Amino acid sequence: MSMAFEPTSETEAADIIRQAAGAGMALAITGGGTRSGFGNRVRAEQVLSARKLSGIVSYNPAEMTMSAKAGTPMAEIEAALLGNRQMLAFEPMDHRGVMGTSGVPTIGGVFAANVSGPRRITAGAARDHLLGIRFVNGAGEAIKSGGRVMKNVTGLDLVKLLCGSHGTLGLLTEVTFKVLPLPPAAATIVAFGLDDAQAVAAMAHALSMPVEVSGAAHLTESVRYRFVGSSHPEGAATVLRLEGLPASVAVRAEKLKAAFAQVAPATVLDQEATEKLWRDIRDAKPYADGTQKPLWRVSVAPTAGHQLVAALRLQTGVDAFYDWQGGLVWLRMEADAEADMLRRFIKGIGGGHATLVRASDAVRAVIPAFEPEPAPVAALSARIKEKFDPMGIFNPGKMG
Amino acid sequence: MPETIAFLEPKPSVLARRRQIVEDLADILPAGCLISEKRGLVPFETDAFIAYRQVPLAVALPETTAQVAAVLKYCSRYGIPVVPRGAGTSLSGGAIPQSDAVVIGLSKMSRILDIDFANRSATVQAGVTNINISEAVSADGFFYAPDPSSQLACTIGGNIGMNSGGAHCLKYGVTTNNLLGVKMVLFDGTVIELGGKALDAQGYDLLGFVCGSEGQLGIVTEATVRLLAKPEGTRPVLFGFMSSEEAGSCVAEVIGSGIIPVAIEFMDKPAIGICEAFAQAGYPMDVEALLIVEVEGSEAEMEAMLASIIDIARRHGVATIRESQSATEAALIWKGRKSAFGATGRIADYICMDGTVPLSQLSYVLKKTAEIIDGYGLRVANVFHAGDGNMHPLILYNINDPEDAARAEAAGNDILRLCVDAGGCLTGEHGVGIEKRDLMLHQFTQMDLNQQMAARAAFDPQWIMNPSKVFPLEGRPVA
Repeated sequence: MSMAFEPTSETEAADIIRQAAGAGMALAITGGGTRSGFGNRVRAEQVLSARKLSGIVSYNPAEMTMSAKAGTPMAEIEAALLGNRQMLAFEPMDHRGVMGTSGVPTIGGVFAANVSGPRRITAGAARDHLLGIRFVNGAGEAIKSGGRVMKNVTGLDLVKLLCGSHGTLGLLTEVTFKVLPLPPAAATIVAFGLDDAQAVAAMAHALSMPVEVSGAAHLTESVRYRFVGSSHPEGAATVLRLEGLPASVAVRAEKLKAAFAQVAPATVLDQEATEKLWRDIRDAKPYADGTQKPLWRVSVAPTAGHQLVAALRLQTGVDAFYDWQGGLVWLRMEADAEADMLRRFIKGIGGGHATLVRASDAVRAVIPAFEPEPAPVAALSARIKEKFDPMGIFNPGKMG
Repeated sequence: MPETIAFLEPKPSVLARRRQIVEDLADILPAGCLISEKRGLVPFETDAFIAYRQVPLAVALPETTAQVAAVLKYCSRYGIPVVPRGAGTSLSGGAIPQSDAVVIGLSKMSRILDIDFANRSATVQAGVTNINISEAVSADGFFYAPDPSSQLACTIGGNIGMNSGGAHCLKYGVTTNNLLGVKMVLFDGTVIELGGKALDAQGYDLLGFVCGSEGQLGIVTEATVRLLAKPEGTRPVLFGFMSSEEAGSCVAEVIGSGIIPVAIEFMDKPAIGICEAFAQAGYPMDVEALLIVEVEGSEAEMEAMLASIIDIARRHGVATIRESQSATEAALIWKGRKSAFGATGRIADYICMDGTVPLSQLSYVLKKTAEIIDGYGLRVANVFHAGDGNMHPLILYNINDPEDAARAEAAGNDILRLCVDAGGCLTGEHGVGIEKRDLMLHQFTQMDLNQQMAARAAFDPQWIMNPSKVFPLEGRPVA
């Protein structure tokens, strides 16, 4: 591939795409390239980057919405939000650590990959916060969908289709999203020494209490010291985050701690420690290890995650920890990716999906990165793709 | 009855085969699951958008997903239009049939299939009412968050069709944010499942695309929804203002200050009068605008939040503040608000607009709305979800006076254009239906709509699913 196309306007992007469609030239769609490890190998002749479609277009803190061009660096967005004590409530992870990439993550990349973090269990995913988009489809047409208001059911929701489509349906040029106030206080309750099954039960209990838990993770013994220091009791750490007004957090922390004191030694982490801990959980820090060991991100029902890991441990070398009340499992395989076994076990525990986030090129060449869809759903997805990108020029192969 | 909104021309080939179609459907469905006599069809001729009526060809009331699939397979084979229906509470005409259509009603599929507290999810059939879900889990300390005003009657299938909201979605989101999975039947009878108890699906977000698609992509027969732990306590507080502008700017400052109450509802003077007469909720009658602000949490948390909100309200000249002193009072406050549409219906016919505007535009849009209504010589009552800018002007008119009805429709269209021009949209939670269909080009370009219609065609290449709705009849792809 020669130099990348880096349009500086939506019009220019549309021209490039129209010409590429006319010539049948496949394009690899990228932003900052920090999440290039997602999906299958793309067979493209040219790179089309949204990197230079950059800048915050409008930000009205009182309306809790922001519009930004797709290539705007996340750092720029987060700085602007922080200046108004606001945040992206879905807590998008930074993939550079686990994927071993460098560069600048962009807001377009976050939505194109529907990237969410620990707060997803209560605040929703990236897709729940995306209010409106502008994009260029595979025919080079500039399309808008959604808007900049919180509630909008006008027409079919193309926003949902584009979010998480990994650049296979269109080039996002501008995104409008919901932002929320930064909680003024936060704390984490840590219970030590629970096994996986006990921890999942404890987290389910915590989420049934009226204390508004905003993060629930279980850090197994093998990874726990990467998150929580040795000055605390030993064993696995089950962590629950509370956020809100200071007095309220303090009261709720006492309630949760009291509930946990009956099953395990428990402690409370302060705001600073809480912020660091959940950033590390968000970024799957133990597996930002500079290796090519196969790394899976598995999404299943919260009570099913530990059953999956228990079954795998009997068969193969695997290291794991849990977020989302047990429903998000980070799995690092010691040797083989074991895709078939993993996906068979997932079906056996009630379904879900496994995404291969990282592996060597040789492994990625033979294992579908995304869970294969049942035939009728795959057929629907293929028809959708054809309706947005009739020439098949966007990221060919990435999701299929 | 106004005649300005057209339906698709009925297909002569379908009308001509009416008798055969009814016989075939009777073979497909069990006894008691098909309505084909005129007298039985009339109750299905409209929904809550009562200004328009069309008696359908037949009504199928299947009891299982397999029966829904069999009916759809049959209808697609013969190109027969299909109109899905839940409880028929759509305010935008989303469930109004057409004369050549088979209505598929989900009212017999009303069982709760699975409640899973550990995974905080419930799986229900599409005909279960919205309130049934919360009632089924309430004793265990859980609830289902989206709460449209029609929640006593409306079904979860209809909620998914319209991506319904409600008063409490300011904090908890609308249907799409609380939906984990569906089982649905495609136009040709294929049954698929999307999502499930896992939080994130992968691949294209077909679940998100289906939610709010107004019955055009298929028929949902089962849904898995997210349950939430009930808060320790909730407290609605009434704030009366001497002007709508003050109330509007108070809302903007509350939201801007970083406090997000569970709900902020707005009523103007006519709405206060109508609701108070119906519910005797103790609303102040001497103010021009009323906000119902609800906070939740422990006693201390509610106190702290209310203190901040009261501070802000005082800065905006609040005239009356009334806290509910008991659960009964709180229930009455909500009863008044949630019966606003029904109570209005007792004094006049009305059409309910649903435009959403950016919060900064609330006061301006309220003022312009009043001017538009005055210009047509009509009356309006405003009652809406202020926290997210979702306006509901109720335009009062006389359905038996065709000129009055035409004026009301014209005024409504002007108000919706105003919402779009103010940076908002045509509909926040009621859906486009037939009501706002012909305004779509005010919000979208033809190219935008073409892309939506292309995506629609990926699901329903024959355009048999609820075909008169959402997209203007002009500019559709030629079959």
